[in-house]
Amino acid sequence: MNPLSVVVRTICDVFAWFMGIYGIYIIIHGHLTPGGGFQGGAVVATMAAFLLVSHGGKKLLSFAKPGFYSGIETAGLLIFITTGFLGLSATFFYNFLAGRGGLFGAVVPIGPNSGILNSAGTISVMNMAVGLEVIGGLSLILIYMFKGIRLFDDQTGGSETGHDR
Amino acid sequence: MNWQIHLPALVLAVPLLGAFASPVAGLGGRATRNAWMIFISVLTTAVCIMLWQKVIAGGTAVYVMGAEAWNITLPSGLSWPVRIILEVDAFSAFMAVVGSIAALAGAFFSLRFMDRFTGLEKFSALYFLLVTGMLGMQLTGDLFNFFVFLEIASVASFGLIAFWRDRPEAVEASFKYMVISTISAMFILIAVGFFYGRYNAVNIAAVARMLQMGYAEKIALVFLVVSLAMKCGAVPMHMWTPDAYAEAPAGVTCLLVAVSQASLYGLFRVCFSLYGASLGSTVVPWTIIVMGVLSMFIGVTMAVIQKEIKRLMAYHSVSQIGYILMALGVGLLALRDPQAMADYGFTAMKGGIFHIINYTMYKGLLFLTAGAVFYSAGSRNLNELGGLARVMPQTTFMFVIAAAAIAGLPPFNGFVSKLLIYQSTFAVYPLLAVAALVTSVLTLASFVKVFQTAFLGPAKKTYENVTEVPASMLLGMSLLTIVIIALTLFPGWTLSHLVEPAAKALVDQAGYISAVMGGGL
Amino acid sequence: MTGNLPFLAVGIIFFMGMYAILFERNLIKIAIGITLLEASANLFLIVLGYRTGGSIPVFTLAGEVRSMVLPTPQALTLTAIVIGLATSALLLSLIMLLYRHYGTLDVREIRRLRG
Repeated sequence: MNPLSVVVRTICDVFAWFMGIYGIYIIIHGHLTPGGGFQGGAVVATMAAFLLVSHGGKKLLSFAKPGFYSGIETAGLLIFITTGFLGLSATFFYNFLAGRGGLFGAVVPIGPNSGILNSAGTISVMNMAVGLEVIGGLSLILIYMFKGIRLFDDQTGGSETGHDR
Repeated sequence: MNWQIHLPALVLAVPLLGAFASPVAGLGGRATRNAWMIFISVLTTAVCIMLWQKVIAGGTAVYVMGAEAWNITLPSGLSWPVRIILEVDAFSAFMAVVGSIAALAGAFFSLRFMDRFTGLEKFSALYFLLVTGMLGMQLTGDLFNFFVFLEIASVASFGLIAFWRDRPEAVEASFKYMVISTISAMFILIAVGFFYGRYNAVNIAAVARMLQMGYAEKIALVFLVVSLAMKCGAVPMHMWTPDAYAEAPAGVTCLLVAVSQASLYGLFRVCFSLYGASLGSTVVPWTIIVMGVLSMFIGVTMAVIQKEIKRLMAYHSVSQIGYILMALGVGLLALRDPQAMADYGFTAMKGGIFHIINYTMYKGLLFLTAGAVFYSAGSRNLNELGGLARVMPQTTFMFVIAAAAIAGLPPFNGFVSKLLIYQSTFAVYPLLAVAALVTSVLTLASFVKVFQTAFLGPAKKTYENVTEVPASMLLGMSLLTIVIIALTLFPGWTLSHLVEPAAKALVDQAGYISAVMGGGL
Repeated sequence: MTGNLPFLAVGIIFFMGMYAILFERNLIKIAIGITLLEASANLFLIVLGYRTGGSIPVFTLAGEVRSMVLPTPQALTLTAIVIGLATSALLLSLIMLLYRHYGTLDVREIRRLRG
């Protein structure tokens, strides 16, 4: 696939970063506003889609290999399950950070307020973990689907063995 | 308190950790990955068995995810449960033990069987996700959570069935299974919506306490029964079963058998615990019985004409599912009548539940032996195979045991459960028992055919260099063989310790409700 | 009466999806049918949670309101959407693989497994 015209490439270059920032905003504010890990992660992953469309797969993979996304995904999953296990002093997935002060544990006053970012304990930790996982996973899906299309053109499916008949 | 209260959550958390950490373990190379797979499988089985002991000793266990304590099902004096609740009665724990044993055997078998493939860290991640989904379906006390775990299990199994993705047949089978199971999952979601709209609750116990039979409940019941029967491979929607079972790698097929039992578990949880006595008419029990009879008969007649060894076995699993459906349908029929329950209903339930463990064990073993034959001889076609008993004696021995068990030959465990089913169904309607007997005879005939063509006969030139499969594969198979022999030698102990508590728990709707909702109401 | 219109839409979308799955012959159209089915189930849950005149169920953004729409079905729907995404991605990749193997998207020609 050839890169698209210079107009499209420039606009995608610019907007990809806005998508990234906006997605991270959605992830971090997941416990206050509509959104959260999955939605924000999906928005960030559109960054990969933008770059893929505008620059083609070779360029995108020269920025970051599939192993990088895979690493992000695994890190997110491991943070998630570790947070679950750490709550085991009370129950699995117990919110052990809420209301304790510190980075995630601000105490929220009763009644309407404008939202306190560093509250919600493990919920925001898990939002970030899920966000990382979705960024990695969705980008990987896009990259592999792109590779799948390329397989029709040239038969370089990478070095994989055993799956052939 | 001690750590044992966390057992219900650990049953899910351990395989989930196994799945999530598989890519990390895969970095360490083949030995680390295999060790991790075995470690997590053994740990899961151990945790399941401990959970079962705890439930048998201390009654139904509940576990509230993320609460201040494990038993706050109704926080702040509310009259409805709030968080995600795991509810484990004897039937759930029994199913979890059965499933985890099958998963352990499949994991042992897969170590060497999958060696020729790449991407194995993804294989073990998907494998443990499938285990998590299966155990979650069996332990959860929440309808929506059941849907989520069902989808986790389905998505993982799509990937595993199509793992051999350069075989067109595998991809095709996976696609078929995917269409069927997505439709059934959406049906379940719509049924959950009906319950939520009527009762503002999705917890099984909470809904069961408030349930009044009306139009919405009837529609939801139809959706649930249809979709779960589709997922467990009963006859009108059985066409995915032979494809998926035949094309998945053998270790995975062993696990898929256990996963289809989880759908069966969901069907009976819905019928017995959710609807229970308010099921009213006999339409649903008879639907299940008729589905069972059709599955038995059509499954076995299709199996007799098959030439491919794994497809043949897959059609047999349709027919074995029929036995379980028929037995538990008879139990459901007798649910409202204590006299009938004592006469034949409870016997049927015992037979059905005993058949669940028997079926999972010998069917898993049969699929593993078929995989072993394929691994060594490189063919699954009965017209080509022959004389393998000379070169693969251990595999042949285990195949004979499993085939004798599935055909219900007298000393074996399959005979005991089938006898219970014959006795009880004869009391309801003699023709049911006749159908079951005919199916059993045809099963025997078709396995004699497999045994004779594949294992007996003169040694063929093509298979001179065939050797016995590696030790880890034999270990996986012998695990299931040992379980079958144990069930054969101690049917009395099994019935009184494993099966009866499960059957009692399934019938006891009030106990299931009060474990979550409290006894006072 | 108008309150029932969303349920009518749910029914129409549901049957459109079922029709596509049962009678269409193109794999992509079957995939579209499955996503339609998912959409109808999600819409059903959302509509069940709607309360006339209710505002969004976010405490800090709602302001002074008397009623909110129910948040639980929205959480359920989000979960279902996430699962739907996984299913759709896998569905489309399998269709790609099938096309690679068989060179067609017609279900009548993708029939190596039968009997």
